[in-house]
Amino acid sequence: MSSIRLLVGTKKGAFILTSDGKRKQWAVHGPHFGGWELYHLKGSPTDPNRISASQTSSWFGQVIQRSDDGGKTWSPPGTKPEDLMGLDGMPKGESNMFLYDASAETGKPLTTHQHYDGSQRPWEFKRVWHLEPSLTDPDTVYAGTEDAALFKSVDGGTTWKELAGLRSAKGQLWQPGAGGMCLHTIVLDRAHPDRIFVAISAAGTFRSDDGGKTWKPTNKGLLSKYELPDPEAEVGHCVHCITMHPSRPNVLFMQKHWDVMRSDDAGESWQEISGNLPSDFGFPIAVHAHEPNTVYVVPIKSDSEHYPPDGTLRVYRSKTGGNEWEPLTKGLPQQDCYVNILRDAMAVDSLNPCGLYFGTTGGQVYASADAGNNWTPIVRDLPPVLSVEAQTLP
Amino acid sequence: MIRVVLPAHLRTLARVDGEVMLDVPSPVTQRSVLDALEARYPMLRGTVRDHVTLKRRPFVRFFACEQDLSHESPDTPLPDAVATGTEPLLIVGAMAGG
Repeated sequence: MSSIRLLVGTKKGAFILTSDGKRKQWAVHGPHFGGWELYHLKGSPTDPNRISASQTSSWFGQVIQRSDDGGKTWSPPGTKPEDLMGLDGMPKGESNMFLYDASAETGKPLTTHQHYDGSQRPWEFKRVWHLEPSLTDPDTVYAGTEDAALFKSVDGGTTWKELAGLRSAKGQLWQPGAGGMCLHTIVLDRAHPDRIFVAISAAGTFRSDDGGKTWKPTNKGLLSKYELPDPEAEVGHCVHCITMHPSRPNVLFMQKHWDVMRSDDAGESWQEISGNLPSDFGFPIAVHAHEPNTVYVVPIKSDSEHYPPDGTLRVYRSKTGGNEWEPLTKGLPQQDCYVNILRDAMAVDSLNPCGLYFGTTGGQVYASADAGNNWTPIVRDLPPVLSVEAQTLP
Repeated sequence: MIRVVLPAHLRTLARVDGEVMLDVPSPVTQRSVLDALEARYPMLRGTVRDHVTLKRRPFVRFFACEQDLSHESPDTPLPDAVATGTEPLLIVGAMAGG
């Protein structure tokens, strides 16, 4: 029987939640790396027991951790079990070194970006927001960082190299959003192995068709009326999350700062699909595992009021690829609820019916085993949840 | 031997208990102690000071002999009591909410 493993990153550690395929009884394991911020954990599609984790701290910086046994044990990549044995045993490797590449080989990319005050600031590494394992090779992982850049490891996270061509896509005009200037979303395309989409706050979406060497902004149709002097600027938009169903790789869905958007041409153009949502501000967006036209968002009241409208926590589902949305409320708090759901904190499993999960800044992780019709909290009192990923295990 | 006290999170990362003992050639400075620390515990590279600039991370402090040495030059000799191993160099996470 299949089982589900949820990888939950929180502000004070990582938790692993497990259940059988019925998804009724859950076990909570953790915290791992207690006291550190776990921005994101994600398993390899080809080797689900290979999990990469971004462990970060304002005090002590960035650490990359890796598990090869489904999250039971962890080590910084590059450390073999024998390295840890004996009196002199210690972790090795430099898996926490993320150096921006300004070399001639990568075309000497820009080294400054726009700051809040309009001045140019140098890129400074702060943390890894998102880890995206390759769809085909467990040793290849992409990392999205703050300040915004895309890094790639081909040795299981032991060393990282920047795909610096991305910063040539008008990087001088990128600027930090309220959460910093971060590359938070990486979407790989099984149908086009050299294609990569990324999303950056506040710069927009970008696409590479050559494995990350060169990039183009893909923001036509985005409208940022109150955020940018030119609302239709080529870059500068605060995109919060993008997603795609693997069976339909040219169709992308986006939760922007304001507006829910859709592209039917691999990001060449976007149309608004906010329709009847009570608010089109929000952070995560997800697609049903088996219905590529079924999309989920969690509306948030506004850019400063980061909680659900009317204090009622509602996931909204569109079965029409946008514009027509229905609230999903059964089992979710319908009064006095003022939590937020961050961009990486919603995930789907691939069982049938599709399971849906999200974590809140109040420390709850909610699960639905029937595509969103009914919800139950798996756990209620974790630290603020930063990310949720679902693994469907055989 | 130089004695170094690491903050709890870095002891976990380096997988050590208690104080760290380091053989540091003279002159004993912040830089030479950190060089020795990072050579012995490579996973601490980047956690106390920047990988490239070697500047102290903003929320890290260096205390010894009841003094805050964080703003001293990295090449200033540390107090004799640290150099002789009588007192430890404390690497501390700055007091800040979070």
